[in-house]
Amino acid sequence: MEDGDQVIKKFMYMNRKAPYGTIYAWESLEVVLIAAAFDQDISLVFADDGVYQLMKDQNTEEVGMKNFSKTYSALGDYDIKKIYIEQESLEERGLSLEDLQGLKYEDEDDDWAEKDSIILVSRAELAKVIDEQDVVFSF
Amino acid sequence: MAIEVDGQSYETDEEGYLEDLNQWRPELGSAMALADGAPLDENHWEVINFLREYYEEYQIAPAVRVLTKAIGKKLGKDKGTSKYLYELFPYGPAKQACKYAGLPKPTGCV
Repeated sequence: MEDGDQVIKKFMYMNRKAPYGTIYAWESLEVVLIAAAFDQDISLVFADDGVYQLMKDQNTEEVGMKNFSKTYSALGDYDIKKIYIEQESLEERGLSLEDLQGLKYEDEDDDWAEKDSIILVSRAELAKVIDEQDVVFSF
Repeated sequence: MAIEVDGQSYETDEEGYLEDLNQWRPELGSAMALADGAPLDENHWEVINFLREYYEEYQIAPAVRVLTKAIGKKLGKDKGTSKYLYELFPYGPAKQACKYAGLPKPTGCV
């Protein structure tokens, strides 16, 4: 809401761990979905092993955990439009953007055109974006 | 807690949400609504079915704001308002409709 009295802060959620084995990835996602209700400027980062969270075609049957990778595509519905992926983290793991699921949002101001939410950044560029934040949560 | 339908018992949590969402059948939704004192009509079912599809696709129940927007897109603008949804589900559209749909209580639900 563009309310003169309301301060909009920049919140960043850093995801740095593999999706299963610990609860961090799912907890982070839940916190993000709740925080989305407060109309703040939200961005997500996937770096280090966190890039595995967005891998395509995940199958969790054997580990007995819910496959929440599908939930990331709902982020657009929650008006979360900035998802930074650190390029070096992908390269160090032999991955590229092609290995990750695509994430989109619909731009209200552009006749609901579908746009990419994923922003590929280098480690140096990411450092600058982190520096601009008011609050950074690390998971 | 549990709910009985056609002589079969289904486990629910203390707020009446189904424990195992794979057990869900439409009859269960109807029985839960009757127990709450308000039978379901086709407008309720539109929303309940929408929630089930949303869950199937995204593995979460949407927040009420997201639900309102999505319903408007799918079922028409006149239905995509919180007034319409609260009339159908006075205890909170996401919360109450999710219960009848056999889904977990939505994250950060209002």
